[in-house]
Amino acid sequence: MAPLQLKSQQFREERELDWRRLAFLLEKVERSGAKSLTDEQLMAIPVLYRSALSSLSVARATSLDQGVIEYLEGLCARAYFLVYGARARIGERILRFFSHGWPAAVRSIWKETLAATLITVLSVVVGYLLVVQNPDWYYAIVGSDMANGRDPAASAEFLRKSLYDGGGDQSLATFAAFLFNNNARVALLAFALGFAFTLPTALLLIQNGALMGAMIAVFASKGLGWQFGGWLFIHGTTEIFAILIAGGAGFRIGLAAAFPGDRTRLDSVATAGRQTGAAMAGVVIMLLFAGLLEGFGRQLITSDLLRYAVGGVIGAIWLGYFYLPRPEGGRLERL
Amino acid sequence: MSVYDQLDRADQALRRTLITPEGVDLNLRIGDSGQRIGAFMIDVIIQYGALFVFVLVLATVDGAVEGKGAENVAVLYFLGAFVLQNGWFIGFELSPRAATPGKRFLGLRVASRDGGRLTPEAVIVRNVTRQIEVFMPIAFIFVAGGTGGVDGLFYLMAAIWMGIFLFFPLFNKDRLRVGDLLAGTWVVRAPKRTLLPDLSQTGAHTHAHFAFTDKQIQAYGVKELHVLEQVLRTRDRKTMAAVAMRIRRKIEWVAGPDERDEDFLAAYYAALRSRLEQRMLFGHRRKDKHDKA
Repeated sequence: MAPLQLKSQQFREERELDWRRLAFLLEKVERSGAKSLTDEQLMAIPVLYRSALSSLSVARATSLDQGVIEYLEGLCARAYFLVYGARARIGERILRFFSHGWPAAVRSIWKETLAATLITVLSVVVGYLLVVQNPDWYYAIVGSDMANGRDPAASAEFLRKSLYDGGGDQSLATFAAFLFNNNARVALLAFALGFAFTLPTALLLIQNGALMGAMIAVFASKGLGWQFGGWLFIHGTTEIFAILIAGGAGFRIGLAAAFPGDRTRLDSVATAGRQTGAAMAGVVIMLLFAGLLEGFGRQLITSDLLRYAVGGVIGAIWLGYFYLPRPEGGRLERL
Repeated sequence: MSVYDQLDRADQALRRTLITPEGVDLNLRIGDSGQRIGAFMIDVIIQYGALFVFVLVLATVDGAVEGKGAENVAVLYFLGAFVLQNGWFIGFELSPRAATPGKRFLGLRVASRDGGRLTPEAVIVRNVTRQIEVFMPIAFIFVAGGTGGVDGLFYLMAAIWMGIFLFFPLFNKDRLRVGDLLAGTWVVRAPKRTLLPDLSQTGAHTHAHFAFTDKQIQAYGVKELHVLEQVLRTRDRKTMAAVAMRIRRKIEWVAGPDERDEDFLAAYYAALRSRLEQRMLFGHRRKDKHDKA
């Protein structure tokens, strides 16, 4: 018979029950959430986790059984992610996001957002002036699929129709198309491409601004400037704002990549990415909201004045929500 | 045993240090590109399966109510696809397992690169960019490839540009997507493992037939022991025969009349491990057979 038991065998026999208990609890949490555990079980997890970690250390030093070491590494990693993982409940998190996370993230990139705004305004002016001076520029700035026949050669009547005539029952179609259309993509791209030292973000903003300027020029030349403004304004205060914030977030990331300071470039980009993450989640929400406004609000409201009013009020709400100082929120954030 | 050397090296390339606050290195393994692609494919297939069912349901409902619903079905399909594509990844990665079903199936999970908490912001960032990294290049290839109207040079440049995104994970050692880079996350392996039986105990009753001399037990080190463990766990008859033959030759062991290869290997494993572990307690960890310590 085997004369002596190995030390490592003995060790394993002594601890095995604890490991299996931890594995069982992990399995339960992963399958049906922390709520499925009793208080006692919940309290046991950190203790079992630490004892498994110490088992791992001992096993590495004394056992040559790879099966045990690999099992313990896997077990400890899973327990580690649970013990040090996210804690807050999902409802709490969402509430916190709306009350603090989102506006704070937007506020923290106000400089970059301002830069994005200036670039956009400037390119709107440039786009407008170019097309006013020579209508041929229009075709260079606005692609034919984008223009949809709304070009300098179009009649005033056709242009007017395009502003007010979306077709009554197509709201849903407009909304769906919106999800895949130019602006949502511009916003996401402006953010994601930021890490290439901000250049693509700036180019996208310039292109988008010039496009707006060119369109304004065409409509204004037919005496429809005011009306086009209303058409754009009702959802634009949300949508264009979203693009500007996304551009600002892209700038922040690009700057972090270009000037990492004391940290490594990768670190610096990751930090900026996390800071702007909440702002980007907000941008997606704003874009969805803008889509609803474009799909439904613009079809239902055909009075110019009302369009301006709705757009203006919503824009003011966004501005207040993001930038109005709120002392209590600030204190809570620092906690 | 060079095959094992290569496997070992590939395994080492995936190992990363992650030290818990308690000061223990978890020795994590990152997910390799095959696993990442596999997990993504599983997710996409499930998603499209669900969408397909969704469309079928829509079509039947719509067809029952009135005839003109084809357009509405298309619209709802796009809406559903949008919600599913974005909600799927973000929702599952925010759950306690921090993994989509595809990742879970392959034993992967998302983790913060600095070892801290995985924040909702990080999850959102890494999935918002997924649209641009993966879905847009694929859509672009199909769309641009289908219509002949796109200018060739433009197509080439755009394809290169999007290829950078699509293949980014293949060109860095941590297999980071651009989204991982921005979010400060990575994808690690945290599979569920079962506790395998201790090999020094299985078949212990036959060990008594094998009395190895000290010199015979000194022939190998830890590395060989681990290879032997793998061989015994795999239990491939041919491999066991070959390994048993080499060990017998090396330690000049004369096989008995009806000695089974597996019994011999198990007994030698137990003896070697006992010897090496004893030496380890005294501070000598013999790396491999060339280690003279």
